[in-house]
Amino acid sequence: MLSRVANSIYWMCRYIERAENVARFISVNLNLLLDMPSEKGKHWEPLVMITGDQALFEKMNSDYNRDAVIRFLTFDRDYPNSILSCLAAARENGRSIREIISSEMWEHLNNFYLELADAKSLTMALEDPHRFFKIIQMRSHLFTGLMDSTMSHGEAWNFARIGMMMERADKTSRILDVKYFMLLPQADLVNTPIDNIQWTAVLKSASAFEMYRKEHHHITPRKVAGFLIFDSQFPRSIRHCIAKAQICLHRITGSPSGSASNVAEKRLGRLKADIEYTDIDEVVDHGLHEYLDRLQTRLNQVDGAIGTTFFNFKPLIENATQEQSQA
Amino acid sequence: METFRTYDTGAFYDELIEANGQPRSGAQLLVDKIESLPAGDLVLRQKAAEAMLLKMGITFNVYGRDEGTEKIMPFDIIPRIVSSSDWQQIESGLKQRIFALNEFIQDVYNDKRILKDKVVPEDLILTSRTYRKECEGFTPPRGIWCHVTGTDLVRDGDGCFYVLEDNLRCPSGVSYVLENRQVLKRTFPQVFGASRVRPVDDYPTKLLEMLEFLAPDNVQTPTIGVLTPGIYNSAYFEHSFLSQQMGVELVEGQDLVVSDGFVHMLTTKGLKRVDVLYRRIDDDFIDPAVFRPDSMLGVRGLIEVYKAGRIAMANAPGTGIADDKVIYAYVPKIIKYYTGEEAILPNVPTYICREDQDRAYVLAHLDQLVVKAANESGGYGMLVGPHATETERAAFAEKIAAEPRNYMAQPTISLSRVPTIVGNRIEGRHVDLRPYVLFGEEIYVQPGGLTRVALTKGSLVVNSSQGGGSKDTWVL
Repeated sequence: MLSRVANSIYWMCRYIERAENVARFISVNLNLLLDMPSEKGKHWEPLVMITGDQALFEKMNSDYNRDAVIRFLTFDRDYPNSILSCLAAARENGRSIREIISSEMWEHLNNFYLELADAKSLTMALEDPHRFFKIIQMRSHLFTGLMDSTMSHGEAWNFARIGMMMERADKTSRILDVKYFMLLPQADLVNTPIDNIQWTAVLKSASAFEMYRKEHHHITPRKVAGFLIFDSQFPRSIRHCIAKAQICLHRITGSPSGSASNVAEKRLGRLKADIEYTDIDEVVDHGLHEYLDRLQTRLNQVDGAIGTTFFNFKPLIENATQEQSQA
Repeated sequence: METFRTYDTGAFYDELIEANGQPRSGAQLLVDKIESLPAGDLVLRQKAAEAMLLKMGITFNVYGRDEGTEKIMPFDIIPRIVSSSDWQQIESGLKQRIFALNEFIQDVYNDKRILKDKVVPEDLILTSRTYRKECEGFTPPRGIWCHVTGTDLVRDGDGCFYVLEDNLRCPSGVSYVLENRQVLKRTFPQVFGASRVRPVDDYPTKLLEMLEFLAPDNVQTPTIGVLTPGIYNSAYFEHSFLSQQMGVELVEGQDLVVSDGFVHMLTTKGLKRVDVLYRRIDDDFIDPAVFRPDSMLGVRGLIEVYKAGRIAMANAPGTGIADDKVIYAYVPKIIKYYTGEEAILPNVPTYICREDQDRAYVLAHLDQLVVKAANESGGYGMLVGPHATETERAAFAEKIAAEPRNYMAQPTISLSRVPTIVGNRIEGRHVDLRPYVLFGEEIYVQPGGLTRVALTKGSLVVNSSQGGGSKDTWVL
């Protein structure tokens, strides 16, 4: 398939996944606040921290209040990772490949964007945020479901899945990093009810709470981190995302797993092996933050390798297509 | 009330209703249906159709990137109905015309017989902005130049069809024909079924067969692409739609490179050779090495590969010469010259401003004429005399005097009308008709076409860029 098309479908799915993640973070935070002693300002900042875009937020806003954060993360067209910007980008990508994706996907994505861009959305987001962000999440899931059930699972679909898995792995690592950083220093809070609520929220941010319970029952920071990084079955654990991305990559190239025919396969394969042969105790000994930081860098390297292997390999031509900007 | 009981055809030819207020024979079922609807139902159906088009994303771009930059082409659910006898004349007339124009283009770039025989003045050809010197001595694959045409027809008060313009470069709009039909089938399913309307859905298959026909002889299964300027082009939806319907690649200039004497696509598995391009980029932008050097949309070296016969292209570069609005005036003579026949579809009478006598007449009668520049489209660069102000006419008179070769004028045609929903009433609005013609192994005229409607009361300008909309066209 055309390199440009592969690039577009990969990014279309990354953007949808990104939008869904942002909506979920906000949802969880809204729920969390209901259980927290009021402490003005402190609860909305971490949401922006997860995205890594505090500088941009602070340039445009004076403080981290609820409405400002919701507005920024959801509707700000000047902020490239807001839900609206993500959907606009997903739709632009979708439009440029609408002959590749199914009409169901296109019509859903188009409608999803048009309704979000409507002025009524902002009112609803501020007045009934629980319902609003739930709708965003469900629409993203619907898109994924449509993709799975209306589009052939060929090359294009595999690129789409890789985009989604890479984005998901990145977001899970960010949630964990930010929360761990925020929660651990407060030693006096460990094992208090509030601490428990916070760690529950971390799990919920990754839709992981129920699945975690079945596996571990009791909530401890170490087990939560272990679950989100290393669980082999949970669909948002980093290990699971990497494994799924690898399967799709090998389907595209046709090279057997366990071998690598290009740099993207090499990097991804190595990353997967490292995760499979590491455990949480080892990670905590070396420092979780350092580990996650390194992991994010390696995810970016895989992303870059996918780009140079499949999307913009034309070495003879200057000004080759720019990779889409990433957060 | 949306009813025909108070409908007034005025002094115009109405496509659905006779002057005495009775429906024309083919329109009886439709009129009865509309009359039988409860009050308000027709408007609801209209709104439902618009919502469907927006949801399907059948929009055209208004340039810029802010919200609200995409609009659906205004669509009216009352169809235009063409009787089978009218259609017979249109179909045979278009086949004759396209055949002759193709002969003309081949001749102009090669033997120049028609110029030597002084049927068409040579200097007129050589001074045309759409004449491509680069095409001299060239014969395209299978000798076909104008593979896809969208000829604009109008019906005058006398009830006769006339050719208003030939569009032989990259005519757009056929996707609206196909999508409008999808929508109307859902809007009036019973009437549609009972009226025995001829299907238009064959078009993508016919287009694909035509493109395959062009492929170089040694290629068994040709790789075909639709070349688009990209998502910001106003006809992008159509490019995407056609490639999807044909199951071929939609490519942009940036997806193609010339290497080893062939044109290739950049794919995830390396380079892949392309054999036929249905290009929707103007000649000017298609190859910066030959035409406009600043073009970012085209493919460097494409024309060289094309001339070497290693890729086929539809339409061929250079077809614009037969699109020149002044050369248009000679088309009846061109038809006679190549076929020995009289034109089945007449031209609108045309005054050629480079001829002294005609120019004098034009300048004296600007308030009655429509004046057009030779190479503008989309309703730009024209003067509708009866609707223009004194100042506008004076300004146009200067332009004509300064550059007579570049202008022609026609009497104002009293365009026929079709009943159209306006608020909650039905009123007559002026229309034209653009049927689409494919020239491959044989010439195919799609039974239908785009009926464009001027939505503003009294307006004669039907272009979508000037506030026009469209209707489904039912050929019986």
